[in-house]
Parts: sequence; structure tokens; C-alpha cells
Amino acid sequence: MPFSAIQLVLVCFGLFALSRVFLRFRRGGLPLVHLALWVLFWCGVIFAALEPSATSTFARMLGVGRGADVVIYLALVTLFYLLFRTFGKVEDLERQITRVVRAAALKEMDEGPSPTSDRPKG
Amino acid sequence: MGKNVIVIPAYNEETTVAQVVRDACRAADRVVVVDDGSRDHTSVRAREAGALVVRHAVNRGLGGALGTGIAAALKLGADAVVTMDADGQHRAADAARIFERLAKGDIDFVIGSRMIRGDGGGKMPAHRVLFNAIGNVLTYLLFGVWVSDSQSGLRGLSRKAVETIDLRTNGMEVSSEFIKEIKERSWRLAEIPIPAIYTEYSLSKGQSLFVGVKTAAKLIIRRFIG
Repeated sequence: MPFSAIQLVLVCFGLFALSRVFLRFRRGGLPLVHLALWVLFWCGVIFAALEPSATSTFARMLGVGRGADVVIYLALVTLFYLLFRTFGKVEDLERQITRVVRAAALKEMDEGPSPTSDRPKG
Repeated sequence: MGKNVIVIPAYNEETTVAQVVRDACRAADRVVVVDDGSRDHTSVRAREAGALVVRHAVNRGLGGALGTGIAAALKLGADAVVTMDADGQHRAADAARIFERLAKGDIDFVIGSRMIRGDGGGKMPAHRVLFNAIGNVLTYLLFGVWVSDSQSGLRGLSRKAVETIDLRTNGMEVSSEFIKEIKERSWRLAEIPIPAIYTEYSLSKGQSLFVGVKTAAKLIIRRFIG
């Protein structure tokens, strides 16, 4: 069966994403559990692109009409979950930055202002 | 008598902060200005006027600045803390009344409310009354405490409140976070009437509709998933 253009694009992108995942893992920027989850995810994408009929079987199992629909639903759920996680991470970072800035400000209060501390920022 | 400290968060307030600090110095033993990463000469003006200045290297927002100010007051050994705005919308005399109220020892948190009729109560612009009402209702729905002015920047904290408060928000939503703390820590609350002073300057610096909506959205999100 010849590949359609969209299949080729999806497979190429899946392989590219996998290479990035492995690269990040090798640099130590990704825990093993995350590596496993991302590999599973992108392999799933590549598999679904190569074998679209498999998604229909999966869709029937879940009680959704079409294979393409189930892919969209899952993609949306995943996206929202990642958005939620990113939101939480950003919030954590904001709090941590405030803690660092506060600690530095209180330290300066103990030691008295440095000669440059009255200089406007920026 | 205990040590009274006024905390003033300030961001780019070089035109008003000096006068606010001079007035505040008459009502408290120490005045702490938290310069929240200003790009102007807020720090210099505040220090010249007699304040102890604590400086954030980068801007963290109202909540971040208030948290730092309260921590600084605790280090100074404060027995009572009053927070007030740097734009001149609060009177030092009202801060003094809050200190007097706290000194009685039966209250942990005092809100200077612009919505209660009292001596010299000024009028708020109509749209501010509406924003405030929305803020109060939202605060009540999210945190279960009804107060007449949840967004007031003039508040008093007892030593107990200063020691136990744990502010986590950085932005304007900190006003409602104070109310959440009242509920969670079972603080005894009092509200005293203060006049609403609105100058063209303070109106231009206050919460816009956009900031209000953003603040409300953050409050709701934090309440449920934060």
C-alpha cells in the first residue's frame, strides 16, 4: 500500500520527535520514566500513521465511531493535561523566584544597602 | 507599648512615596518600603524620607512585595504590622487607628474598609464600587469569608498573624489571599471604616478592568488546582 503525504509527514515528525527525546535523555535532562512515556507516545503516533485501521479497532473498543475521532480526543486530553502541568510548573517557578528575590532583599537589609543598590533597574 | 511597623509595597512610585513615608513615620515606630524592582528612584526617595528600604532585584508583584515586607517587619521585631499603598490613597491617621485597635489584643486582623460608613468616609467612583462588590462576592464564594472590602490595601496584622501568615501569590490576588488566611488560621477579624481617597494619580495606578479580570481568573484557577 503506497504511503499518502500525511502519513509520510507524521512518520517523519514522529521520528524527529523521538530523536529529540533520546537526545534530551542522553544529556540528562529527562528522567527514565519520562523517556519511557514519550517513546511510547511517539511510537504510538508513528504506528497510528502507518496503520490507520488500527485506530478504528481501538475506537470501537472505546465506543467512539471513527479512528480519526479517537485520535483527536486523545490528542486534546493530552494537550490539556500538558497545559495544566505547565501552568503548575510556571506557578512553582514564580514562587521559587519570589523566594530567592526575597531572601536576597532581606540579606541586603541585614548588611545595609550596597553602593549600587539605589540605582534604578534596567 | 509594642513595636508598630508600617509596610509599604512600592513599584515606580517616586513621585508619591516620600510624602507617604513621612506621614507614615508619624504613625509607626518603623516604616518599611519594599521597592519591588522599580525602574525609577523610589528607593532613594523612600530612604531620604526616613524609611527602611528593602529592594527586590526584579519585579515580583504586589503579593511578593507584601510577603517580603511582612518578613522584614518580623525581623525588626514588630508587634503589629499595617500595610498601606504607596500612591497616597491611605491616610497615616487610619494606620494609627488600626494600630490602636490591634493593641487591644483581641483581634488578629484588621481591614480598613472603604465600604463602611464612618467618620470622613469618602465616596468611591461607581465603577470601583462595582469592581469591589465583584471582588467581595468572588472572595466569599472561593474562601467562605464575607468582608465589606476584600480588596483594601490598608490592613493590620497582629504579631500572631505576622508570625503565621504564609502568602503564596505574587500578584494582586494577594488581597483575597489575606482573607483566605483569616479563615484558615481562624484569626479574629475587625473592620474599621476608612475614607476612600481617590486622586487622579491613584486611579491611574489602580486595578484596571483587565487586571481585575486577570486577578479573578487566577483566583479561581488557584482555588481549584493551584
